[in-house]
Amino acid sequence: MTATTPAPVRAGGGQHAKKARPQLSEGARAERRLGFLLIAPAVIVMLAVTAYPVGYAIFLSLERYNLELPQETKFIGFANYSAVLSSPYWWQSLAVTAIIAAFSVSITLVLGMLLAQILHRTLFGRGTVRTTSLIPYGIVTVAAAYSWQYAWTPSQGYLSAAFHGSAPLTNQAEAIIVIIVAEIWKTTPFMGLLLLAGLSLVPEDLLKAAKMDGASAWQRFTKVTLPLMKPAILVALLFRTLDSFRIFDTIFILTSGNNGTGSVSILGYDNLFNALNLGIGSTISILIFICVAIIALIFILGFGTAAPGTDPGTR
Amino acid sequence: MATATLTPRQRVSWTTANFVVIALALIPVLWLLSLSLKTPAAVLDPSLVPSQWTWGNYSGILTSTQFLRPLVNSIGIGLISTLIAVVLASMAAYAVARLRFPGKSVLIGMALLIAMFPIIALVTPMFTIERALGLFNTWPGLIIPYVAFGLPLGIYTLSAFFREIPWELEKAAKMDGASPFQAFIMVIAPLAAPGMVTTAILVFLACWNDFLMAISFTSTIDSRTAPAAMEYFSGGSVFTVPTGPIAAAAVVVTIPIIIFVLFFQRRIVAGLTSGAVKG
Repeated sequence: MTATTPAPVRAGGGQHAKKARPQLSEGARAERRLGFLLIAPAVIVMLAVTAYPVGYAIFLSLERYNLELPQETKFIGFANYSAVLSSPYWWQSLAVTAIIAAFSVSITLVLGMLLAQILHRTLFGRGTVRTTSLIPYGIVTVAAAYSWQYAWTPSQGYLSAAFHGSAPLTNQAEAIIVIIVAEIWKTTPFMGLLLLAGLSLVPEDLLKAAKMDGASAWQRFTKVTLPLMKPAILVALLFRTLDSFRIFDTIFILTSGNNGTGSVSILGYDNLFNALNLGIGSTISILIFICVAIIALIFILGFGTAAPGTDPGTR
Repeated sequence: MATATLTPRQRVSWTTANFVVIALALIPVLWLLSLSLKTPAAVLDPSLVPSQWTWGNYSGILTSTQFLRPLVNSIGIGLISTLIAVVLASMAAYAVARLRFPGKSVLIGMALLIAMFPIIALVTPMFTIERALGLFNTWPGLIIPYVAFGLPLGIYTLSAFFREIPWELEKAAKMDGASPFQAFIMVIAPLAAPGMVTTAILVFLACWNDFLMAISFTSTIDSRTAPAAMEYFSGGSVFTVPTGPIAAAAVVVTIPIIIFVLFFQRRIVAGLTSGAVKG
């Protein structure tokens, strides 16, 4: 990319406050044009693929539309929403989802940070450790879920044998723990890799200087490394939470959502593909989306200027 | 990151840390490997080391085009999608990180919206569109959605990354007499490489992992990817789960990932060391 403009110092995403000279000159206009040109292909692809399906899903959520009763299809406004929101199934699966997301994401963040530090600082065998630690993330989710399922099958699995023939997948609390462990195992490398990219940008000199000034390892980590890694942490945390809140494959293989272990995505899937109730299913999807949007908004507000760009448009 | 002199204690603790990481990452995979090598009778035995060995599960799946062709599809579709997504995302992320133009927050917001929308809700309408456009059960029919869903992750990761690049270096290089092109190739590109490689790995893994779209937008092995194919041969009977073949397929599907990561591994390490901003 040939930068045709006098480089605007990397002041960061949204702020235009600095250097507010009264000039929408040729240079600024050229910069705009280049900006639009560069984002155009990405915008076109994303819109072309998703605009219609998203609109259609929103429309369906306002309809009574059951494929088994097509003659009763009718526009019913927000009736689907009140039906879902007054159903105990929704709140039950929302609670399960929130528990899974909260535990798996927070534990993954801590383990991912540890992993990133190990990958960044270890002095020998770095390639081996790095490649090996990526395998859990690389392995196909469905395959990994099968591995856990077989491992916990009584009298067949090594983990079940190690825990004296327990069958945790038949019990709500234990099954949720198994699901969380599977999530953590699978996604810690993702977290670690994104954090490692941020970690590699922390200038070594700064850490050395802090050390000379007598900062302990913990102080260097919290006062120097963490603030500089804020953007990387935001991205990793945000994407992990969004994914985790929509957890599907792992639960689908491990328990199929039985014994009160279903997430909101499982509930939505059941309504769409098993009950063929497109109206209710779409409503659940939109509600999942709203939950996720609220989470994202909280993250971005919480991180303030560390967020790339500014606030996301709601809806 | 040099300081090469290690105290024995440091050496021990690093070695321990490395071993813990490797063990935690590998044990569930070794379990799959062990299952894939067990004979049907030995599958019921919970030990990690098979009591009876067999290559039968592997020869079974690897002689069947029902699995080989999807494996090729997975690799091709994954690589093409990754390439396109990373190029487009880099352009957009560069604009977000460095240029001033209105509508930046709209772009970020849109990317977020797409990343957040539950894919189960989109599959049905997308299926209808793909049928109408003749994209159903073709490579582009999977590549296009993979690019679209890979872009938000790419734009986010890369713009966070590009923001931290010390772009002043580019100016400095120009002052030292480098052309803009030279400054970009010699100074900025090496700094950007680790972020782009990281993004490429993440996007590829996302494509490789996808199950829902793969199973919804394909109908034959012409375009079916490996995870979707696995589901098909696992569904032989409702009552007997073919544990061995599934485990073997899971292992085979993991091998390209290891190759892929090994291949980019050098790039990451090289990028990290050359990208370090030192005096």
